[in-house]
Amino acid sequence: MADAKLHVSFAGPLVTLQDAGRPGHMRYGVSASGPMDRLSFAAAHAALGNSPGQTCLEISLAGMQIDCREGEVTLAVTGGDFIVDHNGQKGASWSVLTLGQGEKLSIRAGASGSWAYLAFAGILDAETWLGHSATHASSGFGGGAVSSGQTLSVRDTRTCPDREGAIATFNVNKNTPIRVVIGPQDAHFVAGATDLFVSDTFKVSDAYNRMGMRLAGPKLLLNEALSIPSEPIVRGSVQVSGDGVPTVLLSDHQTTGGYPKIATVISCDIDRLVQARAGHPVRFTAISAQDAIAATRADAEMREVYLDGVTAPHGTLEQRLFRENLIHGECDP
Amino acid sequence: MGLKSKDFAVARRMVKAEFKAIADHALLVQFSSELNEDAHDLVVALDRVLADAPPPGLIELVPALVNLLVDFDPLLTDHKAIEADIRNKLKQLEPTPHTGTLHRVPVCYEAPFCPDLSAVARQAGMSEDAVINAHIGGDYRVMMYGFAPGFAYLTGVPQPIQVPRKPTPVRDVPGCSVIIAGPQCLITTLVMPTGWSIIGRATVQTLTDDPDRPFLFDIADQVQFERIDLSHFDKLTKEAAHG
Repeated sequence: MADAKLHVSFAGPLVTLQDAGRPGHMRYGVSASGPMDRLSFAAAHAALGNSPGQTCLEISLAGMQIDCREGEVTLAVTGGDFIVDHNGQKGASWSVLTLGQGEKLSIRAGASGSWAYLAFAGILDAETWLGHSATHASSGFGGGAVSSGQTLSVRDTRTCPDREGAIATFNVNKNTPIRVVIGPQDAHFVAGATDLFVSDTFKVSDAYNRMGMRLAGPKLLLNEALSIPSEPIVRGSVQVSGDGVPTVLLSDHQTTGGYPKIATVISCDIDRLVQARAGHPVRFTAISAQDAIAATRADAEMREVYLDGVTAPHGTLEQRLFRENLIHGECDP
Repeated sequence: MGLKSKDFAVARRMVKAEFKAIADHALLVQFSSELNEDAHDLVVALDRVLADAPPPGLIELVPALVNLLVDFDPLLTDHKAIEADIRNKLKQLEPTPHTGTLHRVPVCYEAPFCPDLSAVARQAGMSEDAVINAHIGGDYRVMMYGFAPGFAYLTGVPQPIQVPRKPTPVRDVPGCSVIIAGPQCLITTLVMPTGWSIIGRATVQTLTDDPDRPFLFDIADQVQFERIDLSHFDKLTKEAAHG
C-alpha cells in the first residue's frame, strides 16, 4: 500500500489532530477531548468508508494549507461552511476530492461555522496518549497541534473516485434553541435567573476555544457570594462565574471546578452549538431529564441513518449515469 | 435514653444522598453541600461499590469532594435506572476510612525549589525548618483530580502552616513543584501559573510514563512527604532520567 506525505505550508492556531476522544479518565483530571463537532467528524470518515473514530485534522477558523509532496490520497472535508481550495479550484466543505502529487489544498473560514474536519482515505500518523490521538489543546497531550512547516504522513492511502463529490449534510434545524437540563446548582441563583437563561438571547463572545465558550448577555446572578466544594464538570456544563457570566464547557473542559452550574447542554445539541461563531446569537430551552434521554435516542437513530447514507459510495460519474439509466428504465412502463 | 445498638445499625444504614440529573448522560450523587470528611468517605465507598458492580450502561465515575458523578450511555440506560441501582447499593454502604495505598514522595525543600518557603515561615511565625517539619509531618490524602490532566488535590496540610493563596499568581511554575494553599497541597504536572505557595520540588511525576499506571495516585490514597537534600535530589532525578 502507498503512503502520502503532506507538507503543512500554513496552519493557524487550534488546528489539531483528533480521534473520537479519550473517555474514561475524567477521575484523573483528563477530559475526553476529541472533536468539538462529533457529527461532522463522523461524517468525514463515513464519506471515505473509513472506520469510525480514526485520526483526522480539526481545523479552526484560522485555517490551514497543505501541499502533497508524495503520493496521492482521497480526502473529505466536513463541518460548517468553510472554503476549500483544491489547486486553485474553489469549493466548499462537505466534499470529497483526491489530492494528487504536487497539488495544494487550502481550507479557510467561509460564511459560517467554527470547526472543519479533514479526513484521509488512509491512516494519518499521530502520536497517542492513553491509547488515543485526541489532542488536549492546553497541555498538548495526544496527537498535538499542527504547525506550519510540519509534514503529515498518511499510510495505506486509497484513491476512491466513486466517493468524490458532495457529502449530504445532516438535516438539523439550526434556529431552534439549544436544549439544556436545568441544574445541578440552579438553587444557588437569584429568583428568575434560570428563567432568564432560557428566555433571553446570548451571544457567543470572543472567549471561545476548545475548553469552553463564554457567552455575553444578561448577568445570571448568584444569590450569595458562595463557593461550592469543587465538583465534577461534563462537556456541556454551563458554569457561571461570580460576575454572573455563563461559560459552556466543551471538549477540553476541566474535570472539576467550584463555579455553580445553572444547566447542562444535552449531548446531541453540542455539535450544533460549537459551530456558532463569536457574535452569533444563542438561545437555550429547558427540557426534563427524561425528555433529554428521549431526544438523544431519537437523534442517535437519525444520525445512524444519515451516516449510513453518507457511507454508501455514490459511484463514479459513469456508474452514476448508468444507474440513473437503469432506474429510469425500470420506472418506464 | 440513647438508641439501642440495633437502632444504631439501622440509623447508620440511612445514608442520605441527593440525586441530580446532569443533561441526558449523567447523575450527580451528593452526600453533603459542604466540605466534610464523612461525605468524602461516602464518595470513595460508593465509587468502589459501583466500580466492582457497575450498573448496565455505566461509562465512568468521577469522584469529587462531596459528590460522585456517574456518567452513563443514554442509549442503554437512564437517570431513573442508575438512581435505583445506587439507592440499592447505598443501603449497604459503609463510609470507607483512609484505606488507599501509601505513597512516599521525596521532596527537596532547598533553593531554587522553594521560592515561597520564607514567606510561609513568616506568615506562620516559625522557622523555615519548622515549616518543612510541619509539612512532612502531615497526613495527606488524595481527594480528587482536576484543573489539568493528572492534577491531584491532596488535603492534610497541618493547621499551623495553612496559608491563603497569594494575591497574584506566578507564571511558569515548573512541573513537580510542591505547592500549598489552605489545607490543600499538590504536586504540579506541567509548567503553569499558580497563586499557591511553592515550597519544594518532588522527585516523582504524578503523570507517569507508565502505560499500565499512567497516574501515580488513586482517589483516597495516602501520601507522605520525605525531606531530601539537593545532592540526593540530583541523584534521584538523574537515576529517573536514565530509567
